[in-house]
Amino acid sequence: MKTVTINPVTRLEGHGKISIFLNDEGNVENAYFQVPELRGFEKFCEGRPVEEMPDITSRICGVCPEAHHVAATKALDALFHVDPPPAAKKLRELLYSAFFVADHTTHFYILAGPDFIMGPTAPKAERNILGVIGKVGAEVGTSVIKHRSDALDAIAIIGGKRVHPSFGLPGGVSKAINETERSRIEEIAKSEVEFAQFTLKIFDDLVLHNKEYMNLITSDMYATETYYMGTVDSQNRVNFYDGNIRIVDPEGKEFAKYPAADYQKYIAEHVEPWTYLKYPYLKSIGWRGLVGGKNSGVYRATPLARLNVSDGMATPLAQAEYTKMYETLGKKPVHSTLATHWARLVELMYAAERMLELSRDPEVTNPNVRTIPTEIPDEGVGCVEAPRGTLIHHYKTDERGLVKNVNLIVATTNNHAAISMSIKQAAEGLIKKGDVSDGVLNMVEMAFRAYDPCFACATHTLPGQMPLDVKIYDKNRNLLRNLRRP
Amino acid sequence: MTKAKVAFNWASSCGGCEIAILELGTKLLDLKEKIDIVYWPAALDYKYSDLEAMPDKNIDVTFFNGAIQNSENEHVAKLLRAKSKLLVAFGSCACGGGIPALANTKSRELIFKSSYKETPTTENPENTYPQSKFEAPEGTLTIPEFYNTVKTLEQTVDVDYFVPGCPPVGPQVGKVIETFVSGKLPPKGAILGASDKSLCHECKREKTDRKVAKLVRTYETIQDPKKCLLEQGIICMGPATRGGCEAVCLDANMPCRGCYGPLPNVLDQGAKMLSALSSVFDAETEEDIQKLVDGVVDPIGTFYRFGLAQSLMRRTKQ
Repeated sequence: MKTVTINPVTRLEGHGKISIFLNDEGNVENAYFQVPELRGFEKFCEGRPVEEMPDITSRICGVCPEAHHVAATKALDALFHVDPPPAAKKLRELLYSAFFVADHTTHFYILAGPDFIMGPTAPKAERNILGVIGKVGAEVGTSVIKHRSDALDAIAIIGGKRVHPSFGLPGGVSKAINETERSRIEEIAKSEVEFAQFTLKIFDDLVLHNKEYMNLITSDMYATETYYMGTVDSQNRVNFYDGNIRIVDPEGKEFAKYPAADYQKYIAEHVEPWTYLKYPYLKSIGWRGLVGGKNSGVYRATPLARLNVSDGMATPLAQAEYTKMYETLGKKPVHSTLATHWARLVELMYAAERMLELSRDPEVTNPNVRTIPTEIPDEGVGCVEAPRGTLIHHYKTDERGLVKNVNLIVATTNNHAAISMSIKQAAEGLIKKGDVSDGVLNMVEMAFRAYDPCFACATHTLPGQMPLDVKIYDKNRNLLRNLRRP
Repeated sequence: MTKAKVAFNWASSCGGCEIAILELGTKLLDLKEKIDIVYWPAALDYKYSDLEAMPDKNIDVTFFNGAIQNSENEHVAKLLRAKSKLLVAFGSCACGGGIPALANTKSRELIFKSSYKETPTTENPENTYPQSKFEAPEGTLTIPEFYNTVKTLEQTVDVDYFVPGCPPVGPQVGKVIETFVSGKLPPKGAILGASDKSLCHECKREKTDRKVAKLVRTYETIQDPKKCLLEQGIICMGPATRGGCEAVCLDANMPCRGCYGPLPNVLDQGAKMLSALSSVFDAETEEDIQKLVDGVVDPIGTFYRFGLAQSLMRRTKQ
């Protein structure tokens, strides 16, 4: 998703490319993370009828199409100056909560789970979803598939399609839901809440009680001090669908809080010649290269970032998990990249609870789901929290509603600089005197995988291995090793 | 019985086709008894070098999703063609170019300028642009070359079968894979996982042969969920689009955008849609016609949303 044109990261093709260069001593001199794809959305959307943007931009990413669809739809509300009826907003958020449930579930079990559940040093052959199923039981595997599929059922009830929903319009949504549909979604949501609790229990048993893993979570090798970004409600609690964007500094102090429409005052993007993806940074701090700390504009927008910028969660079970996480780790903000996995599960709990809350709201079956726009379209910004970070769609049109300009800052893109830094940091910590073991690959990848980078939505597929090329060069620039993720 | 060797690959696409395969859910686990997945970058760790090392025609069938938009897409398409007995264009992007082919309305130069210079948050005073080969202080870094024109898979290599859809819907994906497992193959060039009739044949909406005096855009009116959208003045690509998806967008009260591609024996989906539109227009004077035509505010993006690369036009001049 990239902004842009780049496909947002999303598909960046499912490939990430890392080149690590060693110096005379065989230690890491530099490591480059490259994104090898661009698709051109920002430009080729020009001339399109703006109401088609939710449909077109959902094709930025087939893993998180709901995020683009809903961000685009919110941009249309702003652009047409129209306020959707309450039922429409709730239906959008209900679909969105179901989407978070599906996405976070997939990531934990299929992508991250193998590292957590099997352990980072488990044999490659076991470090996948099949290994996970072997360890926690086949019924868990079936349950993962069922809960993911049920969440997609809920999405299809509201949005029509299981992949690439089709329901967002300026001023509302294309159709209401009836009582039968509502009650089916409620039934699904109840089960998702239980499943989220079960998932947190697995995490507690297998990770929090595993000293080796806890040592990794707290090790310096995986800690990066940066600014953090996320969307909060009026009480500074995490919200995925709407609110203000809040940024805190590496010490946790509020740096900015603003409506998404003001994003240009806060965010700028840097270009490098060796990758198709840009690097967003905090404009007033400035681009200082791929470094962390208070004087660098690098920020992160991840599940952990969202928890770091917020004062808590808006639902009771998630709030309890939030408190437990910060009490266990003993500080806030938490800088450990690997704690992102834990934060993702706290969010899973919230998404399931929010889904249940909304499914029980009598308003969601109200047939009034559209406000027809009456004003001339001009410009609008739409923003949501995608699973992988804050997502911004910004459109300008002519008076007929034909697109003139598009700017997209896509979720994973926010983390581009931090991902590059985390990879380099892990490589520096692991590669010494030219000694490059296969174990390095997984440990370096763990730094990468914590971000759930949508470069490869691939990461979301069975058995959950993301294609990642790691090339290591010696001081004479000869290729020493070419490692691929197992 | 030996298991069929199957490969999946994506090129320039959103990854939704890979999710469509995941949609098989537990069925995918059952399929593991019948097929061996020998290459799937999304899921398994095989590199290009592993592919290169395979004998030619080693893979029984490759499902290839995504359009061809850069040098890496093209390289992998050629490699997989050589290594596969059967190559299937899977999804709208591989079949017709898909949404990425809308880039054929712009030039590579304009796309780069927009992305790396003009977008309002981009700060690029030194006019830095990504380069396919860059000499960093530590060594050479390469990324694939971005092409000016997006192509379909068939415009790049020989293709045996086509599975349309953005993405192909779950039940159809299951049937397609079953077809290959069964070994009862249709003639080369067949379109699989779709109907031979237009979407209108499976749309449940009521049609009355009512004529349209004015086209409206989706946001301008509240659509009646029971009646034909075209008869309500909304451009719905149903008459010019293959069925097979079970009209899921129509059930969501939204028009068809044409992702299942052109009908059998139709060379150009947009031309077919124009003729379908003219048959519902209620126009007596030239003014009437003009008014109706003015209602098509974006002909390319409407008629070729998913198939610009395979259309007669292919791309616009820059």
